Amino acid sequence: MSNITDLKLVELVDKIKKKELSSTEVTIAFIERSKKSKKLNAYISENYESAIKKAKIFDQKPDFKKKLPGIPIAVKDLFCTKNIKTTAGSKILENFIPTYESTVTQNILDEGGIIIGKLNCDEFAMGSSNETSYFGNVQNPVSENLVPGGSSGGSSSALAAKLTPATIGTDTGGSIRQPASFTGTVGLKPTYGSCSRYGIVAFASSLDQAGPMTHDVKDCSLMFEIMSTYDTKDSTSVDFKRENYFTNLNENIKGKKIGIPKEYRVDGMPKEIDELWEKGIKIIKENGGQIIEISLPNTNYALPTYYIVAPAEASSNLARYDGVKYGFRSKGENLIDMYEKTRSEGFGDEVKRRIMIGTYVLSSGYYDAYYLKAQKVRRLIKNDFDEAYKKVDAILTPSTPSSAFKIGEKLNDPVSMYLNDIFTVPINLAGLPAISIPAGHDKKGYPLGLQVIGKAFDEQSILNIAFALEKNISFKNNITDWWIK
Amino acid sequence: MSKNNGEYLIIRNDNKYEVIIGLEVHAQVLSESKLFSTSSTKFGSEPNTQVSLVDAAFPGMLPVINEHCIKQAVKTGIGLKAKINKRSIFDRKNYFYADLPQGYQISQYKNPIVGEGSVILDMPNGEKNIGIERLHLEQDAGKSIHDIDPQNTLVDLNRSGVALMEIVSKPDLRSLDEVNAYIKKLRSIMRYLGTCDGNMQEGSLRADVNVSVRKKGDKKLGTRCEIKNVNSIKFMQMAIDFEANRQVDLIEEGGSIDQETRLFDTKKNETRSMRSKEDAHDYRYFPDPDLLPLELNDNFIDQIKKDIPELPDEKKKRFIEKFKLSPYEANILVSDIEISKYFEEVSKNSDVKLATNWITGELFALLNEKNIEITESPISSKNLSKLINLIKDGTISGKIAKSVFEIMRDGDKDPITIVDEKGLKQQSDPKELENLINKVIAENPKNVEAYKSGKDKLFGFFVGQVMKNSNGKANPKLVNEILKKKLN
Repeated sequence: MSNITDLKLVELVDKIKKKELSSTEVTIAFIERSKKSKKLNAYISENYESAIKKAKIFDQKPDFKKKLPGIPIAVKDLFCTKNIKTTAGSKILENFIPTYESTVTQNILDEGGIIIGKLNCDEFAMGSSNETSYFGNVQNPVSENLVPGGSSGGSSSALAAKLTPATIGTDTGGSIRQPASFTGTVGLKPTYGSCSRYGIVAFASSLDQAGPMTHDVKDCSLMFEIMSTYDTKDSTSVDFKRENYFTNLNENIKGKKIGIPKEYRVDGMPKEIDELWEKGIKIIKENGGQIIEISLPNTNYALPTYYIVAPAEASSNLARYDGVKYGFRSKGENLIDMYEKTRSEGFGDEVKRRIMIGTYVLSSGYYDAYYLKAQKVRRLIKNDFDEAYKKVDAILTPSTPSSAFKIGEKLNDPVSMYLNDIFTVPINLAGLPAISIPAGHDKKGYPLGLQVIGKAFDEQSILNIAFALEKNISFKNNITDWWIK
Repeated sequence: MSKNNGEYLIIRNDNKYEVIIGLEVHAQVLSESKLFSTSSTKFGSEPNTQVSLVDAAFPGMLPVINEHCIKQAVKTGIGLKAKINKRSIFDRKNYFYADLPQGYQISQYKNPIVGEGSVILDMPNGEKNIGIERLHLEQDAGKSIHDIDPQNTLVDLNRSGVALMEIVSKPDLRSLDEVNAYIKKLRSIMRYLGTCDGNMQEGSLRADVNVSVRKKGDKKLGTRCEIKNVNSIKFMQMAIDFEANRQVDLIEEGGSIDQETRLFDTKKNETRSMRSKEDAHDYRYFPDPDLLPLELNDNFIDQIKKDIPELPDEKKKRFIEKFKLSPYEANILVSDIEISKYFEEVSKNSDVKLATNWITGELFALLNEKNIEITESPISSKNLSKLINLIKDGTISGKIAKSVFEIMRDGDKDPITIVDEKGLKQQSDPKELENLINKVIAENPKNVEAYKSGKDKLFGFFVGQVMKNSNGKANPKLVNEILKKKLN
């Protein structure tokens, strides 16, 4: 069964339910492939032995009513997992083993999922290329020395390389959708409040949202259905009626009004991306959808707003990593000295940069000019979407302004790195759901994605639209297994 | 210093200075669990045994508001006759300290749950109204312990996350007596409401004290200093007195006051500079993104209003009107909710005047002597009521009652049983008394002679003899009446 790892999530679930495959066979197949793929550096922690044990236990008494019956899955190392090391890609949590499980991973476990490992990511999810991880770069399986995107770069790499049949990431400004776009995979950032943040190492609390990353939209709908639950342990979790996203998935988009925001046509965007966008528009029209030009006038302010709000929250969220209670501690002459040494040695450059920015924008005398103003602009950006949704059901844009870049290419140019999030960040600021699906390749052969943005809590609509696009695009990821000798 | 007319003034070289005081009282909310977690708030447990993952700020842990604490704050706000803000916001106050696990304290900054209110003080020269600026909810920090290990500071997180109400007064207090009365009144109101136990030894009530001085007659407030974390009324008074005098001395020497935070050293009885305004922390307050703004609806507030008990001011008014107590007596009886309950139980079934006198006299003396609260009184309200009824219906005299009380204090025995067992019942049978009196007259012919010839003072001698012969049980009123008849 050398092709187990070629199967998609829903196919694996089906085969296990039909007893054509056992959980043990599937689990071992993905673990074996993961073992051969160390060169990608997608994993931070491996949980292979324990996973195989759990698969065997599942097979002894299989419960086929579960939505993920004995399915192995590797998850981003930002999710706290009970008894499995959780680092957030940082030295400061290098040896941190939680005694608790995040709600989202618990939901996966409750449906029969088995965690085979923890995936690399940018340190505290701060980055767009996975290059800020204390545990090193991750290779994009698409091509050697190409970044897999970030911050969920280990997740996108592992998924595209078929080391896990599906995975989960977190998205604060594009950290699911951008890596999905860079690796030719599907990534969904749900509405803020849809998936619980309990047990996820916090980056920017008002923006963070967990979501699925999968090979196709069908897998995505299944994962999302499992992940999204109302959780009283997270005060920002929203108690709305959740759909059976998987069973309700259909490609009928007849009569759907899709908005095309003119502000997303940015200067210097590669021609291929424009063409891809046109292709998407054409598909929607051919399938009975209606294309409507819209305006999101405050789009230009999204990135600066984001780079005030997110670092502000991060500077406070990361204050708890002080060497006192858990994690890395450096010896100091006194308390202040210990703090300074611990945090200087424990955090990487990008994290420090954002703590500095965040501390600055919250400082007295600067608060009104930066943080408060950013909150006001954030409201305007949300209003833009509210206005647009009076006319349309969803919005179609490119996922990123470029395809994946080379490792090291933008490392010393933070602003150029931040510009990567230009199409994804406004959605986080507005708290809306958006999905990125692979839509084609650029002339280098690197994947490019399209993004469908929805109304709050209307994930079903964007899943359906993405499903219709996917069927008509018939994207094929040409990954050659170059990293396996 | 002079305290004429209840005024608290500091006098130097013919200059009279007025002392302006404002208090920020930190009152621990009476609640089984913490403000944002389910851990217990029990006092005196082993270090770090009441700490949840949220309290210790583990990665990915999130605060969830404890509804009970919100109700308690609203209740207190109503008790302070304050505006309840239907929308309030929890903010993060950012600073690093070893006993602050999150690296920030969740507090309320610009939008507190309770706005302006007031508290009435009963001062010797009349009532005084003290303004309340605001009341907000916040988390307590843990405790750093520096004196157990010579090398390290140890941290106990049991208190970390416990709900506190910070009650900020306007700068309306003008004397040490007013500070005393204010703290006691606040404590009394919160104990009536059941929102804070007011236990200062256990740290349930602490205060930051703002002190400034100005020449009497000046309108403008002087620069204030804040004295942090003072945990008894006595220390507050000592700290204010020291600080006010320090400020006056400085001004008299031609200096000026720097706005700063100071510490009170209870051993040396002095305040010391902790940090100046320039060194003041920049707390970088911002709304906590883990918590949504707190929205209260009218129904929620109305339900709480229904549960508000009669508060000390209203109770005092009722006691004066219904029981004809003096304002002084009423004040004593309502100051503590437990005392007022005891009083109402006693007076329900017996004479109010006697109840007042016995509680404020004998019983208070006993509680003082034993240094206990009225809830721990060895004499139940039921038995004190019985004792008072025995006096009222003439079964025993007030004097006998005191000896019965002495027996009751060692085990709350029913006074009726004591009177029966010890045969202490008052002799009120006129015939028996007449026999006793006749005997005394017969045995003291000389004194009878002397009395009749005008020595009126001897009347007391005969009463004394009769009482003595009856072992104190003779009804003194009847003895008087009969004796007068016999001798005249």
